[in-house]
Amino acid sequence: MNSSSPTAMHDKTIAQLSASLAAGEFSSEELTRVFLARIEQFNPGLNAFITVTAEPALAQARAADQRRRQGEAGPLAGVPIAHKDIFCTNGVRTSCGSRMLDRFIAPYDATVVEKLNAAGVVMLGKTNMDEFAMGSSNETSFYGPVRNPWDLDAVPGGSSGGSAAAVAARLTPGATGTDTGGSIRQPAALCGITGIKPTYGRVSRWGMIAYASSLDQGGPMARTAEDCALLLGAMAGFDPRDSTSVDRPVPDYVALLDQPLAGLKIGLPKEYFGEGLDSEVARVVEAAIAEYRKLGAETVDISLPNSQLAIPAYYVIAPAECSSNLARFDGVRYGHRCENPKDLLDLYTRSRAEGFGAEVTRRILVGTFALSAGYYDAYYLKAQQIRRLISDDFRRAFAQVDVIAGPTSPTVAFNIGEKVDDPITMYLSDIYTIAVNLAGLPGLSLPVGFVGQRPVGLQLIGNYFAEDRLLNVAHRYQQVTDWHQRVPAGF
Amino acid sequence: MEWETVIGLEIHAQLATQSKIFSGASTAYGAEPNTQACAIDLGLPGVLPVLNREAARMAVMFGLAIGADVAHRSVFARKNYFYPDLPKGYQISQYELPVVQKGQLTIDLEDGTSKVIGITRAHLEEDAGKSLHEDFHGLSGIDLNRAGTPLLEIVSEPDLRSAKEAVAYMKKLHQMVVYLGICDGNMQEGSFRCDANISVRRKGDPKFGTRAEIKNLNSFRFVERAIEFEIERQIDLIESGGKVVQETRLYDPDQGETRSMRGKEEANDYRYFPDPDLLPLVLDDEFIAAARASLPELPDGKKQRFVEQYGLSSYDAEVLTASRELGDYYEATVAALGGEPKLCANWVMGDLAAFLNKDNRDIGQSPVSAVQLAGLLRRIQDQTISGKIAKEVFEALWAGEGDADAIIEKRGLKQITDTSAIEKVIDDVIAANPEQLAQYRAGKDKLFGFFVGQVMKLSKGKANPQQVNELLAEKLKG
Amino acid sequence: MSLGPAEVAKIAHLARLAIREKDAPAYARNLSAILDLVAQMNAVDTTGVAPMAHPLDMAQRLRADEVAEPNQRKHFQAIAPRVEAGLYLVPKVIE
Repeated sequence: MNSSSPTAMHDKTIAQLSASLAAGEFSSEELTRVFLARIEQFNPGLNAFITVTAEPALAQARAADQRRRQGEAGPLAGVPIAHKDIFCTNGVRTSCGSRMLDRFIAPYDATVVEKLNAAGVVMLGKTNMDEFAMGSSNETSFYGPVRNPWDLDAVPGGSSGGSAAAVAARLTPGATGTDTGGSIRQPAALCGITGIKPTYGRVSRWGMIAYASSLDQGGPMARTAEDCALLLGAMAGFDPRDSTSVDRPVPDYVALLDQPLAGLKIGLPKEYFGEGLDSEVARVVEAAIAEYRKLGAETVDISLPNSQLAIPAYYVIAPAECSSNLARFDGVRYGHRCENPKDLLDLYTRSRAEGFGAEVTRRILVGTFALSAGYYDAYYLKAQQIRRLISDDFRRAFAQVDVIAGPTSPTVAFNIGEKVDDPITMYLSDIYTIAVNLAGLPGLSLPVGFVGQRPVGLQLIGNYFAEDRLLNVAHRYQQVTDWHQRVPAGF
Repeated sequence: MEWETVIGLEIHAQLATQSKIFSGASTAYGAEPNTQACAIDLGLPGVLPVLNREAARMAVMFGLAIGADVAHRSVFARKNYFYPDLPKGYQISQYELPVVQKGQLTIDLEDGTSKVIGITRAHLEEDAGKSLHEDFHGLSGIDLNRAGTPLLEIVSEPDLRSAKEAVAYMKKLHQMVVYLGICDGNMQEGSFRCDANISVRRKGDPKFGTRAEIKNLNSFRFVERAIEFEIERQIDLIESGGKVVQETRLYDPDQGETRSMRGKEEANDYRYFPDPDLLPLVLDDEFIAAARASLPELPDGKKQRFVEQYGLSSYDAEVLTASRELGDYYEATVAALGGEPKLCANWVMGDLAAFLNKDNRDIGQSPVSAVQLAGLLRRIQDQTISGKIAKEVFEALWAGEGDADAIIEKRGLKQITDTSAIEKVIDDVIAANPEQLAQYRAGKDKLFGFFVGQVMKLSKGKANPQQVNELLAEKLKG
Repeated sequence: MSLGPAEVAKIAHLARLAIREKDAPAYARNLSAILDLVAQMNAVDTTGVAPMAHPLDMAQRLRADEVAEPNQRKHFQAIAPRVEAGLYLVPKVIE
């Protein structure tokens, strides 16, 4: 394509769309139609969307256009986005990728949805995800796997695979995701886009269907850090409905994007560059780090000695919390109910067996076991102690450095079906991301290259509430590179 | 073979907040099913709990009132089990770190002695909904209005040794929570529920026997009967060679027996863990001091003060301080009258109580105010009317006929104290009853009462009884 | 840690999940593998380490005692599988 021709609407970033809408280059309704058409064309091949809300989207777009005419439009007004199907959307199916909620029409909006609606966004639909957010490949969804736009044989990552694929394929300029063990960062890396998991408590969990309550966080996924800054600014903030929400002012993330990187200390944990990391991925990540040195940052070798314990601890804590969080799905007040239950026990066991897939079942069983009489100390308590050790590792590291960098994922996207038979292998793909959730720190992934056709992501980890720093560090890199502008072939 | 009973009571008191412990839905009793069950109470996907400040304050008040340590830091835990009236599949409760720790309550036994009963702990938790078992095509109906109502679970040490002690403890605790204003104590509506843990052991045996739990006893009478039945059942069982099984039993008031609960035989593994949706409850000194400052005078203290301040007997003081309202009423009466504590006590405990009982009202619903009662007693005090006439006036007060003075005026009930007037009546009576006069003078002293009666009748009860006695005695002497 | 189908059945019952008999061995294998993974936690001595329930050192916020929720029964019961007379229906609860 001629580099001097104007950027197609669907190729524009949110920041560019915002400017175009403000300048009257096109209306939100026109823009929305473009994306709806692309979804109709490309989604069957990707399966990134579970529900497309075409008519309501157009109504929202028209309303945004109206507000703009009245001079009341903010930066996100009229910008289309998609919501991971884990966020409750009033009057719209919210399936959580599960048969259990296949027919669940949420009777209220999540705070994240409310806030983005208030900012004037247009919701294109609900994106596919691993069932109840449990997975790293978007292969556990009741609605079938999502394909990676960069290579249709490959997984997009998970659990926010639908959001990642949709953004990468330009079916939406931005999307929401959630991250419990890496579910924003890892699919962002595997799909060549940018995603940030904020500090625990930064974004409200009200209406965000719970997987592991002390680990879950919602966050934005888009092609650039700038776009993530725009979205995060609207999503973040104190919510009195969430007891774990932090009452702390939300910085102007966009205004803070351009701070110079001179003097920035980037910590490189030796544990993140050792065994298990694919050598090609390692090379791409090293090149990205070299770029940071050119930008004026200084790298420091650090150690996070308890890194190896993150996965074992996570696979006790997350299943334990989820086994309890998912107990409410019993066929009584909403969700799937089995036909003709013969008694109460049958109602429960059969509704739940029919509603949940194998991975969810596995994690509920593990969690139930870990909490059961006689095992609590050895498993749950022990895992929470390890969590403390891991947090302390980070605390010590942040006394020396400003951000921590490393690969987001040990490999690029693997093939669909390659790891489904071995859950443990699947779990190990979260090796670099999980510790961040255990500590509650913010983490971001940005695209830094490819191995063959498949993208590689660099993970940046920040200190508590340093989202502005992470976005700034990612943005500066994106100003001197163009990985984030690459387009998957055919899209 | 001498047996000893060991009893511990677990009491669930619904806290009298406006809204639920973790949501803003109303806790008002008696609403249409599921009209007070919001998204949080229904356990919809994605909802989250936020703690009600008033529930925390009420728990602290209770802790202070029983002299317990109030935990500066306590933790909410999930108690996981499946039941249709438990929407989330877990109950938010407190486990390892409850808000109220060791305290005590002193109970009075029938023999006049008192006994200190230990309270192990008290913690906050949410109530479950209700199952209605009327047939809906063979199904049960679930109402979640009650789900999320705040409960204070109060656990006693196994210090109780008889059904009577258990009831005394339960009544004392009931009085305490109502006094504190933290619970309305309405047992029929389920505001105050009791589970009893009962075991027996041979006297002198230091080990506790296996205990059975009797659930949901909702009246003092049921508690006493259920415990008595259970004690006998366990003793009979052991004496005939059997073993007490650790289980949950229900009391059937119609049959007067306890029965094992079907379907709950398996021990529940509740898999307690700290609720990750809630943070530790941290109560600073200021919060606790404010709660302490808002404590009302407690029953024992009030009773003691009544004995000292009003010169009342221990028994009278106990009756008058049974509830805060009654104690306040009594004190208001004495204050309005400007004294006469014994007179006031007699009337409050006597006539007033009788009328309240007859109409099934409590003191808060008395149509006779303390000031009105004092107005009546003042007229006895200043001899305007006799005690007997006062009863008639009281009845009129109760019926709402106005104040004492107005009634006395309207009905012309003023006591006759004019000596010559009384003498005239006496003369008339003596003149009308010559035979009795002769008999009395001949020695039949008993007839004095007859003459008194006649004088009172002729004077329509209004002659001052004391003067009648004196003057009559003189005149009859001759 | 190795779990057999019998243990899996017990845990499944606690979690009210019906596991088909033919699936039980696979679940048992999966669970055992996960527990072996988790056993790696024992590589480190955590005596005296304070467990971390929450990433942030915060205290529970207290909410004012006000009725703030209107009656939305119709709205919420529109998505219920079985209701009658305003009640959620379930197979008979035996007490």
